[in-house]
Amino acid sequence: MSETNFDLVVVGSGPGGYVAAIRAAQLGLKTAVIEREHLGGICLNWGCIPTKALLRTADIYNLIKHADEFGIKVEGATVDLKKTVDRSRKVAGQLSGGVKHLLKKNKITVIDGHGKLAGSGKVEVSKDGKVVSTVAAKHIILATGARARTLPGLEPDGKLIWTYKEALVPDVMPKKLLVVGSGAIGIEFASFFNALGSDVTVVEVMDRILPVEDAEISAFAEKSFKKQGMTIHKGTTVSELKKSGDKVTATFKDKKDKTSSDSFDRVILAVGIVGNVENIGLEGTKVKVEKTHVVVDEFSRTGEPGVYAIGDLTGPPWLAHKASHEGVICVEKIAGEKDVHPLNTSNIPGCTYCHPQVASVGMTEAAAKEKGYDIKVGRFSFIGNGKAIALGEAEGLIKTIFDAKTGEMLGAHMVGAEVTELIQGYGIAKTLETTEVELMHSIFPHPTLSEMMHESVLDAYGKVIHM
Amino acid sequence: MPITITMPALSPTMTEGTLANWQMKEGDTVSSGDVLAEIETDKATMEVEAVDEGTLGKILVPGGTENVAVNTPIAILLEEGEDASALDGFDAGSAPEPATEESDEAPKKDADDGGKKKSADEAAKTSKQDAAPEAKGSSGPALVTKDGERIFSSPVARRIAANEGLDLKSIKGSGPHGRIIKADVEKALASGGAKAAAPEKAASAPAPAAATPPPEGNYEEIPLTSMRKTIARRLSEAKQTIPHFYLTIECELDNLLAMRKELNGRSDDYKISVNDFIIRASALALKKVPTANACWGGDKILQYKDFDVSVAVAIEGGLITPVVRKADQKGLAVISNEMKELATKAKAGKLMPEEYQGGCFSISNLGMFGIKEFSAVINPPQSAILAIGAGEQRPVVRDGALAMATMMSVTLSCDHRVIDGALGAELLKHFKGYIEEPLTMML
Repeated sequence: MSETNFDLVVVGSGPGGYVAAIRAAQLGLKTAVIEREHLGGICLNWGCIPTKALLRTADIYNLIKHADEFGIKVEGATVDLKKTVDRSRKVAGQLSGGVKHLLKKNKITVIDGHGKLAGSGKVEVSKDGKVVSTVAAKHIILATGARARTLPGLEPDGKLIWTYKEALVPDVMPKKLLVVGSGAIGIEFASFFNALGSDVTVVEVMDRILPVEDAEISAFAEKSFKKQGMTIHKGTTVSELKKSGDKVTATFKDKKDKTSSDSFDRVILAVGIVGNVENIGLEGTKVKVEKTHVVVDEFSRTGEPGVYAIGDLTGPPWLAHKASHEGVICVEKIAGEKDVHPLNTSNIPGCTYCHPQVASVGMTEAAAKEKGYDIKVGRFSFIGNGKAIALGEAEGLIKTIFDAKTGEMLGAHMVGAEVTELIQGYGIAKTLETTEVELMHSIFPHPTLSEMMHESVLDAYGKVIHM
Repeated sequence: MPITITMPALSPTMTEGTLANWQMKEGDTVSSGDVLAEIETDKATMEVEAVDEGTLGKILVPGGTENVAVNTPIAILLEEGEDASALDGFDAGSAPEPATEESDEAPKKDADDGGKKKSADEAAKTSKQDAAPEAKGSSGPALVTKDGERIFSSPVARRIAANEGLDLKSIKGSGPHGRIIKADVEKALASGGAKAAAPEKAASAPAPAAATPPPEGNYEEIPLTSMRKTIARRLSEAKQTIPHFYLTIECELDNLLAMRKELNGRSDDYKISVNDFIIRASALALKKVPTANACWGGDKILQYKDFDVSVAVAIEGGLITPVVRKADQKGLAVISNEMKELATKAKAGKLMPEEYQGGCFSISNLGMFGIKEFSAVINPPQSAILAIGAGEQRPVVRDGALAMATMMSVTLSCDHRVIDGALGAELLKHFKGYIEEPLTMML
């Protein structure tokens, strides 16, 4: 390697790392990215993107199953699992290549290997366990991401018991599937395999699925999933997974300590993530780690001067767009840009691409009440929207929560078709700090699903038209 | 190429002014230093002098136009050898833009290529229309409109401010391009800004928002002059935001009057007034109590090192306060002659900004009208004003017996944020000392 001195070295090229590197290059910093595996990180290769490719197949299959309703006769439609997975991998590959091109275009040095802090302003790069080089940098951003959490007794084996990684490249379509955990990752896989014909059971330790969402949305989604044939056990833990031959027998324990068991072909573990804090040279530095995540301030600074951390390696929410945004803020601060503001976590939308989709931004109704807000709540059902009915997607709900005193939009929660594309409208509204008045004055085009966003706001103030 | 003459900024805070009249007409030959026009600001009338030589080719803003924004092209000067045809195709709008950044919403003047081909006549027409939007863009985050100010702020910030009676003008925005966001308003509320700012809100819109409708009857409507508007705004602000308190003290004048008589008898080069003694006594008292020579700076106190004394001068349509600088270092004769010159200029409306801006302390003397004593309103951003009553013979008790003396009552109005009672009292004690023992002023 010719160049070993940089203004900025980013360890990890996920959506946090590569975006930070590009922004740094734009600001004139001599930048390098160290990546041990695939450019683009989990998001592009083993997360957000390939799952969306799989879910697209599920969506199309769902439509075909209902083709008759739309006047189309389709007979003998089957899913080719290999082709579905191949397409998903191809999509991931294409995007990873895109990141490579972007880094090259911005004249960012890409270093192949595992990066590890090695004293002040230095990062050691190793390949296959051997140190191959050391690079120096004024600033170092750690963006090493996170991995699936495992619980004692619930260890993945990669064959019968999967994490997201194996679930993305299934060799067989499990007849009977157990999904442990009903967060975004668990529910998306449950939705995918359920659509393609698996008999899916979801186990959630909390008293509702999608626990970070508004309770009303959780309940709505649960009802819908059950209608699609899913079995859902809430308030339940998996105390044991016992393998025998091609089967896994799971023992469930509910809140009253009542146990039951069932047998499955495959199990997907989706019980959260842990930060990749190991073997990156944090020992002996002032970088503080709490519950497997690096502690940072509002500008991603760790306790160690010149060392920063962004994305899943740091605190929640663990979302690609949060990582990217953090990366940009961190780099702009490093470069001394003016008017750099910390990330406002209450304006970060979250999306789950199950069927029906779930999307939200800001506080849930319960959170708003807990914070002592006097609130106004609006609701609008898809059944009242012309476009939704025309699409054959009349199942869904848009809920909005306002501070009665100031008219500030505190939160918005959606379930239904295409809501992951709608949520950003409220995201902008929240970022611009609009009140209900500006939203009411906004003209939403007809006929669109977005009209429901308008109606939900109107409903919060007793002015709803189509309900 | 023709030269564009723009509305000058006569003081750092000036955003617009009235183009009172043109001293030259189109076609006149202009030499450097010639007076082209007179401009009236809220404080004074000032002359615009020509910098370049040539012929006054075109007047773009006629005399008597109010609210002309700084940097608006007001005339075009033809250089030597150019005739009126040079005006064709010349775009007055290409004059230097306001130094401040143009806001996103301010329409870019002549942004289209067609604008470059505009004749000067058209430019003349548009320049006035442009004046308003230009003023909008030139003041950074706050858009100045004809009927007030627009301040960039988020709807939620505005709603909270309205709920809490908080004036957005008092808040610094931390959002993009200085936009005031919710966090800024909450910060201001948390730091108690609401209380301080609330009265300011009323002060910001004094004229149009008369609280009660005027009484019915036969009256004539008198339009407000720039000066009247400024007096209304600043003194309302003073009374509503500055916590005034008042200290009155009596000074015996007999020694001073005797000394004055003797000094004035010595030469015809000066004629020292009682007021001149008061100016010097004030400066010397401030020097003895330098912590009183200070202004309120919002989050700090600014203690000044020069002992300047502003003197209220009544002029046609209002009043103005020219400043005698470093009065502690000047003799009575110098102060006297300087004051006469300042008063003459003030009455003619010819004071330069540096002659009436600054200082922390004012004197207002109504003694010549026989006023015994009164309380004056502090002239912001100053922190004290001394109201001087008439010198008159009064019975006094001296050594247990009634006696006659020439007495003068003075009342000091203090900004309690800067000057506490004891400090104000100390200042007055020294003032009284100098007035009663005027020889000590010579030290």
